Amino acid sequence: MNSVTVPQTPASGSPLRRFSNLLYRRPNLYLSLLLVPPLLWFGAIYLGSLLTLLWQGFYTFDDFTMAVTPDLTLANFTALFQPSNFDIILRTLSMAIVVSIASAIVAFPIAYYMARYTSGKTKAFFYIAVMMPMWASYIVKAYAWTLLLAKGGVAQWFVQHLGLEPVLQLVLGIPGVGGSTLSTSHLGRFMVFVYIWLPFMILPIQASLERLPPSLLQASADLGAKPRQTFMQVILPLSIPGIAAGSIFTFSLTLGDFIVPQLVGPPGYFIGSMVYAQQGAIGNMPMAAAFTLVPIVLIAIYLSIVKRLGAFDAL
Amino acid sequence: MRSDASSQDRASLGLRIAAWGGLMFLHFPILIIFLYAFNTEDAAFSFPPKGFTLKWIGVAFSRPDVLEAIKLSLQIAAIATLIAMVLGTLASAALYRRDFFGKQGISLMLILPIALPGIITGIALLATFKTLGIEPGMFTIIVGHATFCVVIVYNNVIARLRRTSYSLIEASMDLGADGWQTFRYIVLPNLGSALLAGGMLAFALSFDEIIVTTFTAGHERTLPLWLLNQLSRPRDVPVTNVVAMLVMMVTMLPILGAYYLTRGGESVAGSGGK
Repeated sequence: MNSVTVPQTPASGSPLRRFSNLLYRRPNLYLSLLLVPPLLWFGAIYLGSLLTLLWQGFYTFDDFTMAVTPDLTLANFTALFQPSNFDIILRTLSMAIVVSIASAIVAFPIAYYMARYTSGKTKAFFYIAVMMPMWASYIVKAYAWTLLLAKGGVAQWFVQHLGLEPVLQLVLGIPGVGGSTLSTSHLGRFMVFVYIWLPFMILPIQASLERLPPSLLQASADLGAKPRQTFMQVILPLSIPGIAAGSIFTFSLTLGDFIVPQLVGPPGYFIGSMVYAQQGAIGNMPMAAAFTLVPIVLIAIYLSIVKRLGAFDAL
Repeated sequence: MRSDASSQDRASLGLRIAAWGGLMFLHFPILIIFLYAFNTEDAAFSFPPKGFTLKWIGVAFSRPDVLEAIKLSLQIAAIATLIAMVLGTLASAALYRRDFFGKQGISLMLILPIALPGIITGIALLATFKTLGIEPGMFTIIVGHATFCVVIVYNNVIARLRRTSYSLIEASMDLGADGWQTFRYIVLPNLGSALLAGGMLAFALSFDEIIVTTFTAGHERTLPLWLLNQLSRPRDVPVTNVVAMLVMMVTMLPILGAYYLTRGGESVAGSGGK
C-alpha cells in the first residue's frame, strides 16, 4: 500500500500503445488523421462537383446540333434575364416567400403551445408528433396530397358536406391564386408546400421560445403590460430568430423543389423543373447549370438578410 | 425549468385549437395513406373508401418490379448509412474539442448538402459523373446519399461527444489502455446509442430520397423513383397505395427509435455529477 508503483515507460508496450502515445503527443497528426477521410470525400466529391457544375455554366450549347462545346460564354447567364426565364424565377421566388410567411403563421401557435403550455409527457408527445411527419417520406406526403386534392377525393368530399362549394369556386376564380380545380390551382400547390415544410418551421420557433426566460414575462406583467402587450412586445420580437431560422428551410426547400410543382398546380415551370427539363429532355447542361446558380444566389442573399435577424444563433 | 406561475395559467381556447388543429393537419394526409392502402376499390381515389381489404398487400409484394425497387433501396440505404457513420464519426471526433483554423468552414461544408436544395447537389454530381465518364447507377446513387447523410450522423454523434467528459478517455489511457482499447471499451459504448440513432435517421433519409436520386440514378429505379413513376399510371393505384404506406413506415419509425435512444441526459457523463 505504501509503495509507489512504477509507471510503465510510455515507449514500451504494444505497437498500438506506442501509436496511441504518438497521437497523444502529436495532436495535430491525430486531428489530420481524423479529418482526412471526411475532407477528401467532401472536398473531392461535393465541392468538386459544385465547381464542375458552375464551370459548365460557361460552356456553349449549340441549338442546332444540340451539342455542348467547352467554349466559354456568358450567354447562359444573360439568358436568365430573358422574360420567359425571368418569369420562372419570379414565380418560384414569390411562391417561396408566400410559403415561408404562411408556414410561420401556421407554425407559431403550435410552437408557442409546445414551448409554454406543455411539459413532460405532453411535450415529448408534441415533439414526436412534429418530428414524425417531418421525417415521413417526402414523395409519399406529396402523393397523399394528390389523393386528397383529386376530383372526388377527400378535400372535395369535405367541401361538399360542409356546403362550402360556392366559397371554393369563388376562391378558385381569383386570378393568380385559383385554377380550374383544387389540384391544378396555385392554391393547391401552395397548400402542399406549406404542409411539407411546416415541421421545419415549428421546431426552430419552439426552440427559440423554449429559451425565453419566464422571468421576462413575469417582469413584463409586473410592469403592467397586458398579456397582449407582453406577446407583441416581448415574446414575438424574441422569437424572430427562430422564425428566421425556420424560414431558411421553407425558403430554400421551396426554391429548389421540382416534384411538387410537377404533381400539383397549374402548368408552368419552377426553377427546379426548368433545371430538370434543361438537363434531361433538352440536354442543355450549361443552361441547367446557369439556372442552378439562381437558387444559390437567392439563398445566399436570403441568408445574409436573416443572419441580421439572428437566425444562425437559433439554428 | 418552468416556474409554477407560468404553467398554471391555461392556454386560451383559440391557441389550443390552433395547436391541436395544426397537429391534426400534419397527420391527416398520413392517415389518408394508411386508409387508402386497405381500400377495396381498384381505380379511383373516391372518399369515403368503399370497403376494407388486405388483398393489395399481397398483390404488391408479388410484383417483381416492387420487390426489386425495395431491394435496391435497402442496399443503397445500408451502404450509404455505413459510409456516413464512418465519415460522420470521424468528423465529429475531429471537430468537437479543438479549435483550429477552418473549423467553421468544415462544419458549414458538412451541412451544405442538406441546406442547399437537393437539386443542386443532384445536378452537380451528375455533371461531374458525366465529365468523368462514370456511368450513373447504384454506385453513383450511393455516393450522393452518403454525402448528405454524413451531417445527420455528425449531428447526433457530436451532441453525445459534447456531453461526454474527456477525462474518461484520459483515465482509460492513463490506466494503460491503448487507443483501440479506449475506443472499443470507453468511447464506443458511450457513443453507441447516438451512433445508432444517427444511423437510423440516415437510413430513413436515404431510403426516401428522391431529388438527388433522380439525377444520379441512371436506369436504376429506387423505391421513391418507382413511386414517382407510378403516379402517372392510374390503373396501378392500389399497389401504389400499399407501397406508399410501406415507405411511410420505413421513414417514420426510425424517428421513434432515435428519440428513445437519445432522449434525456442533459448531464455530462463522467464529470462527477456536475
